[in-house]
Amino acid sequence: MLTSKWVQLAVLAVLIAALPLLFPSGYYYRIGALIFVNALAVTGLVILVGWAGQISLGHAGFAGIGAYACALAPEHLGLHPVVAIVLGMVISAGLAALIGKPILRLKGYYLGVATLGFGILVTMVLTNERIWTGGPDGMSVAKLGLRELLRDMGVRVSGGVFWYWACGIVLLIGAWLALNLYNSATGRALRALHGSEVAASTIGIDVPRLKLQAFVISAVYASVAGSLLALQNGFITPDVAGFMHSIEIVTMAVLGGVGSVVGAILGAVILTLLPQVLTVFAEYEQLVLGAVMILVMIFLPRGLLPSIAARLKRKP
Amino acid sequence: MTLLHIEGLGINFGGLKAVDNVSFAAAAGQVTSVIGPNGAGKTTLFNMISGVYTPGSGRVALDGDNVTGIHPSQLARRGLSRTFQNLQIFQDMSVLDNALAGFHLSERGSVWGDMLSLPAARRRARDARDGAMKLLKRVRLDDLASEVAGNLSYGQLKRLEIARALGVGPRVLLLDEPAAGCNAVETEEIDTLIAELAASGIAVLLVEHDMKLVMRISHHVVVLDHGQMIAEGDPESVSQNPEVIKAYLGTEAVDNVAG
Amino acid sequence: MDSLLQFLFSGLTVGAVYALVALGFTIIYNASDVVNFAQGEFVMLGGMITVFAHEAGIPLPLAALLAVVLTAAIGVALNKLAIEPARGAPVVSIIIITIGASIFIRGASQLIFDKQLHRLPSFSGDAPIRIGGATILPQSLWVIGGALIVFVALWLFFTRTLTGKAVLATANNRLAAQLVGINTRAIMTLSFALSAAIGALAGVLATPITLVSYDVGVALALKGFAAAMLGGMGNPKGALVGGLLLGLFEALTAGYLSSQYKEAVAFIVILAVLFAMPQGLFGAKSTERV
Repeated sequence: MLTSKWVQLAVLAVLIAALPLLFPSGYYYRIGALIFVNALAVTGLVILVGWAGQISLGHAGFAGIGAYACALAPEHLGLHPVVAIVLGMVISAGLAALIGKPILRLKGYYLGVATLGFGILVTMVLTNERIWTGGPDGMSVAKLGLRELLRDMGVRVSGGVFWYWACGIVLLIGAWLALNLYNSATGRALRALHGSEVAASTIGIDVPRLKLQAFVISAVYASVAGSLLALQNGFITPDVAGFMHSIEIVTMAVLGGVGSVVGAILGAVILTLLPQVLTVFAEYEQLVLGAVMILVMIFLPRGLLPSIAARLKRKP
Repeated sequence: MTLLHIEGLGINFGGLKAVDNVSFAAAAGQVTSVIGPNGAGKTTLFNMISGVYTPGSGRVALDGDNVTGIHPSQLARRGLSRTFQNLQIFQDMSVLDNALAGFHLSERGSVWGDMLSLPAARRRARDARDGAMKLLKRVRLDDLASEVAGNLSYGQLKRLEIARALGVGPRVLLLDEPAAGCNAVETEEIDTLIAELAASGIAVLLVEHDMKLVMRISHHVVVLDHGQMIAEGDPESVSQNPEVIKAYLGTEAVDNVAG
Repeated sequence: MDSLLQFLFSGLTVGAVYALVALGFTIIYNASDVVNFAQGEFVMLGGMITVFAHEAGIPLPLAALLAVVLTAAIGVALNKLAIEPARGAPVVSIIIITIGASIFIRGASQLIFDKQLHRLPSFSGDAPIRIGGATILPQSLWVIGGALIVFVALWLFFTRTLTGKAVLATANNRLAAQLVGINTRAIMTLSFALSAAIGALAGVLATPITLVSYDVGVALALKGFAAAMLGGMGNPKGALVGGLLLGLFEALTAGYLSSQYKEAVAFIVILAVLFAMPQGLFGAKSTERV
């Protein structure tokens, strides 16, 4: 890690708190909240891809589960949305544990195709079970209710502002948990098995078990991100679980520097903002996005943050 | 006291007998060396003993328990750890993290504890850190603790692997060519280190090419050639064994002159 | 029985396209260890360029040839501009580069061509041919026949020509190939050209049946990737078998179970195969050396 845990968290907290000062309009709170949600999912991937070295091309599937848990559980089970978030986490964790056990034996591209298959299966169920999910057109999501609670307590905030702070706080917690993990026995073992599975096992690391733990943890991160996305938009479509969303979050992770939480957040910032900037040139959006992905990976193969850090280090 | 028993161990690779019917024992507090020309099957033997390969035949017993073919992580739990001939360092991690990884078994707790950084997890982390620093000091890498492992020299990495393997708190330690690629000074340091480790009660199993080193520190020597065990005994008797001399002069000696 | 035969025909047609895409994956993977997720875009380009060249008045065979050659050139450009400069980058980075290339090509096609769905006239009419109790379109025979010819030609190329053997040698061990004087960079260029050309050909053959638009590449790339993994990445025989099996699974599922879940079954089968055989059906076993 580049700097110590508390410095990173403090920087993150200050940025979250200070950014609204620069917002010209309420619309920017929405984008900020979206960045935080993406960053949360990406933080989970840092643990799985960056530390444990395991590829997932289907992680949006878990975001889909989290999102639809918040859409379906309040409506059909009468659960409070907050409980629905937890339900989504539990389902995602359970499913990750179930499928992770066999597929994490696979390596590299084979693991890629297996996770890809998982993501596609989730998308397909969400798309095809119209009676429940409304199919490809999506469905509306009940309100969280916290904002109303705040209003009753005399605090009036707009939806955008509320979700900005809510997602910012959740991201901070997520980053704190991840940074704790990094310098713990578990985090070190994950990084170790990434370096050499054989060597890791000869020092007593239960490689399959640790890979599974990383997979489950990262699934829960994605699930919470999906839940928050559904709740703040008030509407959700199966695209949240789709292949392109999976690729998007992996790209964010790698773009910023897949080994570090701060890098991941930086990646989320850039790739969330890019389409917003590019809407001006809607025609060229894909062209530019593709070019950015290629160029960054060629010139900064380890991601923005580590490459910048390395460059700073070289110049005394 | 005999800690490690090898009985009739063998393995085939595509019909080729890489190691065949090897039996010997290693005692606590002693250095047992496995020597032999290149391709004799020494590393393969190590890979079987440490659970990396599953033996085709034979038996490995650790402190009386049959541990044949069990997973390396289980063996580590029973107090057997190793280093590798071609380094298996965690290149992207710091030197300290590499050494700390060796303490995984004593440091690990629940994932919850780790993620929430609970006091118990922090205490275990602190203990592991102290232990790791001590080991790094012992292999004279404490100055480089925060350096990324990938930046170290070959000889330093060899020592780092030893430190990492010691973190397990092994009763049996397998060292695969610890002095390869080291200069004279470094070799002598490793020589001293191995002797100390044995003196502390560890059963050290050593594969080494440096014959002077082997003859100086070994208590017991096992000689392999073409996967077969051709001699066994104390360094003195083995070095005078005609079979051994033939095996070596036939290959190594010529290689050494040529190289 | 008649419906079974009908499903088999449609499965083989789709499967032949998947097999060609999987073959494209395999060729590039062998030469460079890169899984090229832009492979589906080659198919799209093959279809789109032919359509637009044909509409501009170029006769169909010539338009098809133009499409194959141009796509091969784009494949070479992809290698030179995006893959070679990133030599040695981690797998995830390479995946992102090729997916970025796929998005880029899609974005460019959308600008250069359009967002409409296009079709080509069938090569030999649209009168269905009756076989047994089922019918097959003449264009399906073109697709299946075309795929078979490509596979046979490639097999001859790899086994009978010096260049083909050099490609195999490179796939086997790049360093060793370099040491015996094989220009592995040229092999990579050749592989990208070949792979893009095969993809484009698949696009030309399939467009009269499946139609083409700028965004058909992603789905094809995923199917082709899955087919290649099912067969065992790096093995042309695996690409053929994996592609055909995937096509058949889809057609049979759509026919007997549910057309909505045809792709689901395909992926469930792939997952099942990978659980039992982590290296795919024909993949080489690898053991970690320490």
